[in-house]
Amino acid sequence: MRRGWTLPILAALGFIFLYAPIVSLIVFSFNESRLVTVWAGFSTRWYVALFTDRQILGAAWVSLKIAFASATLATVLGTLAALVLARFGRFRGRLLLTGMATAPLVMPEVITGLSLLLLFISMELTFGWPAGRGLLTVIIAHTTFCLAFVAVIAGSRLRDMDESLEEAAQDLGAGPVRVFFDITLPVIAPALVAGWLLAFTLSLDDLVIASFVSGPGASTLPMVIFSKVRLGVSPDVNALATIIIVIVALSIATAGVILTRRARRGTRGG
Amino acid sequence: MTDTRLAADTRPWRDAQARPFISIRGLSKRFGDFTAVDTVDLDIYRGELFCLLGASGCGKSTLLRMLAGFEKPSEGTVTIDGQDMSSVPPHRRPTNMMFQSYALFPHMTVERNVAYGLLREGMRKADAMERVAEMLKLVKLGHLARRKPDQLSGGQRQRVALARALIKQPKLLLLDEPLGALDKKLREETQFELIRIQETLGVTFIVVTHDQDEAMTLSTRIGVMSEGEIVQIGEPREIYETPATRHVADFIGSVNLIEGRVDVAAGDQMRIDTREAGPVLVSPRAGLSRGQTVWIALRPERIALSRSKPEGTANLHRVTVEDMGYMGYLSSYRIRLPSGRLLRASQSNRLRDEDPISWDEEVWASWQPMACRVLTE
Amino acid sequence: MSARPDPGADAAGLGARAVRRGRTARLLAALGLSGRTLVIAVPMLWLLVFFLVPFFVLGRISLAEVMIARPPYSPLWDRAADGTLNIIASLDNYRFLLADALYRNAYLSSIGIAFTSTVFALLIGYPIAYYVARSPEPRRTILLLLVILPFWTSFLLRVYAWIGFLQREGLINSTLMMLGVIDTPLVLMQTTLAVQIGIVYTYLPFMILPLYANLVKLDDQLLEASADLGAGPVTTFLTVTLPLSVPGIIAGCMLVFIPAIGEYVIPALLGGPDTLMIGRVLWDEFFSSRDWPVAASVAIVMLFLVVAPIMWLQSWLDRRGLNQ
Repeated sequence: MRRGWTLPILAALGFIFLYAPIVSLIVFSFNESRLVTVWAGFSTRWYVALFTDRQILGAAWVSLKIAFASATLATVLGTLAALVLARFGRFRGRLLLTGMATAPLVMPEVITGLSLLLLFISMELTFGWPAGRGLLTVIIAHTTFCLAFVAVIAGSRLRDMDESLEEAAQDLGAGPVRVFFDITLPVIAPALVAGWLLAFTLSLDDLVIASFVSGPGASTLPMVIFSKVRLGVSPDVNALATIIIVIVALSIATAGVILTRRARRGTRGG
Repeated sequence: MTDTRLAADTRPWRDAQARPFISIRGLSKRFGDFTAVDTVDLDIYRGELFCLLGASGCGKSTLLRMLAGFEKPSEGTVTIDGQDMSSVPPHRRPTNMMFQSYALFPHMTVERNVAYGLLREGMRKADAMERVAEMLKLVKLGHLARRKPDQLSGGQRQRVALARALIKQPKLLLLDEPLGALDKKLREETQFELIRIQETLGVTFIVVTHDQDEAMTLSTRIGVMSEGEIVQIGEPREIYETPATRHVADFIGSVNLIEGRVDVAAGDQMRIDTREAGPVLVSPRAGLSRGQTVWIALRPERIALSRSKPEGTANLHRVTVEDMGYMGYLSSYRIRLPSGRLLRASQSNRLRDEDPISWDEEVWASWQPMACRVLTE
Repeated sequence: MSARPDPGADAAGLGARAVRRGRTARLLAALGLSGRTLVIAVPMLWLLVFFLVPFFVLGRISLAEVMIARPPYSPLWDRAADGTLNIIASLDNYRFLLADALYRNAYLSSIGIAFTSTVFALLIGYPIAYYVARSPEPRRTILLLLVILPFWTSFLLRVYAWIGFLQREGLINSTLMMLGVIDTPLVLMQTTLAVQIGIVYTYLPFMILPLYANLVKLDDQLLEASADLGAGPVTTFLTVTLPLSVPGIIAGCMLVFIPAIGEYVIPALLGGPDTLMIGRVLWDEFFSSRDWPVAASVAIVMLFLVVAPIMWLQSWLDRRGLNQ
């Protein structure tokens, strides 16, 4: 197809729009000056400042704990939801479960956050649990909204999967539980890894829901960054952003290499 | 052993006293308003290689899946070796299945795939692996035991699937289009391989296929299915030579159907009056009354074409060749009768340098009375 | 259990296993449960308690009155002296929302901002998605990963990056002034424009990915057939590519439009005091005014605002499904 230069130029402009802010974030993280616009020479002082900031380090640790717990829980529950919807045929409440397992995808965070907080408070008043708000309530909240993402990813993999694999295992003498652990789980495992990673990132990234349901002593990293950033630009946030971008870029590059290698092996095999 | 005894052993369906191994009674399956399988009765004997033949959507796969236990019958019963299967889930049935897609577990090696069924029985791993090695030798795959399914060719995958389904020595093996994914040449070789393995192990096979050549080559008996019902059961030769209905005649091989009325039965021949081919002499068939509407089924290869007028033939017509297709081992023709009716005919090319009958020639077409099969429905 | 090479012992082992399985099944049956029900129940209960019930709590509290108390709303019921239960509910908060222009304007301006942002995200995202989808293989994967990369980095930090660009002494102003295009810095920060830029920027991957997924399936031969029949590139695009990508466009627009309505972070960081967005109003109502009942009713109204386009999308998809 001849398409001239219009499309590549438009696409290039689009990519510039996507990456210019990120590049400037990285560049100014190495700036000597506190101002983000004036280049005053190369320096790593903001990285030093970042790694001696106890508040940020503490919040990062809290965030990692929450993200790990909620991604794991969300993967288990999301996989179960996807399995039930994809394989269990008709049952009472199927439509309800479909709705509840997909609605969190588009639910504005302020609504999720507020409604969960009100729930936690009502539960505490009624049953005395959960006592106060903190790590546990954030984990529950994050699990609930990440679950939907895992369910979508796992569900699409389950629907793509050849169901006769499961039937074959049954035919060879495996009961339903055995079939799930021997066949279904290994086959959909890549999707579950992707789902876990997505859930982990979403949890790590969330500010709004955490702000509602978190309590004293459980400030997450985005909450701390937000309170800093509201006061204006600060270069140590640039340094933090650079570190995150580098980690993400490295992981994605690794994933990319693995994917292309697998694709190449696939064409050779077939 | 006497001759009659032998015949009864190899063809138990001819023996009224024989006890069927699998017996299906009044089996139906409905999906909503759609009836996929409609009150099927079927007896299959030990050691048979039975083919369910039909076009796609005729219900043959659904019937097979009910035998395996993947579909619950709406009505009817399945009995295997005297045991009622109604409440037995798939993983406890004495059957195994070879899937159309093969359904090889992609994350396991060939060896692990084949061993899977034995390990589920609780067999010790070392014993299982010994049996797997034997089985892989039988299907000639011993050298590929450590490969993953995606590193195998189509034919190799097919044999892994077969080995995996056979390893538990099931009472009954169900095969869903076992050769469907192979190309033509490989399919022909594999057909005989399948028969060899079936005879070696003595397992009863039920094969589902839409390919009539495959069914004819493989099976001891064929059940032809259409719209959820079994329309005819018989040995391959019976099905081809004495089809029960026009549908079966048309589905198995190619056929010319000529409508007519029964005129008179004269001696060992019967005359059918047709509008399109005039009076046609056929071998008599019992139970026909004068004036009854019937159809004459005439296979193309039973029509002889010649340039010179043949002597002493009952059904003889002067015809024009409308079309000819040269297919190597035979040539197929479309010939026009004086009435305007087109018939299909074929001649095998036995000689290399003969001058074949070709387009627009006027030739003689003839067939024997015994070549015609008279159908009433 | 020891090794059992002979088939008779095999069968005995099988029997033992069946018995053991039977015991577990009996235990479950005694509790009135089957394994199947149990598997359904786990995700179902979690979502009921932590997703559905909260909306009822939200709805209930939106009918209460604000009070100086802990928690800061009036009791939902009280017990009269004779022991009867009185449910206390009032629609005052909703009347208040309707009467006060602030809320009405906030809803309208949220929809407006979300809409224009969606349009711009589509205009910027479509060429990228199309270009990536048409690229040959090794480049396609790399470009796709480049689109996804910002999506995996922190949302908050990507919004933050724009502060450095848009503020008074920011990169855009200093570059333009250095080039002599302008003399006095433009006011870019704390404007509605800044909020729109922020939404377009952060939600762009949500627009590109469904579009890409749709466009990558477009058969090259369709474009060739169109060219063969005499259509130029522009006509081919307008008559073949664009109509076929409508499902991708709808999906992408929904994924941007719906969450943008309730956006809080972007207006809070980039918007000015006059940038009204309902997510921010709700936040302030809750955290600053501590008026939980009003915040709850704002959320309930917003919920309907979000559900409406989803319902529309669903019925649109159904209709398409029927027409096919």
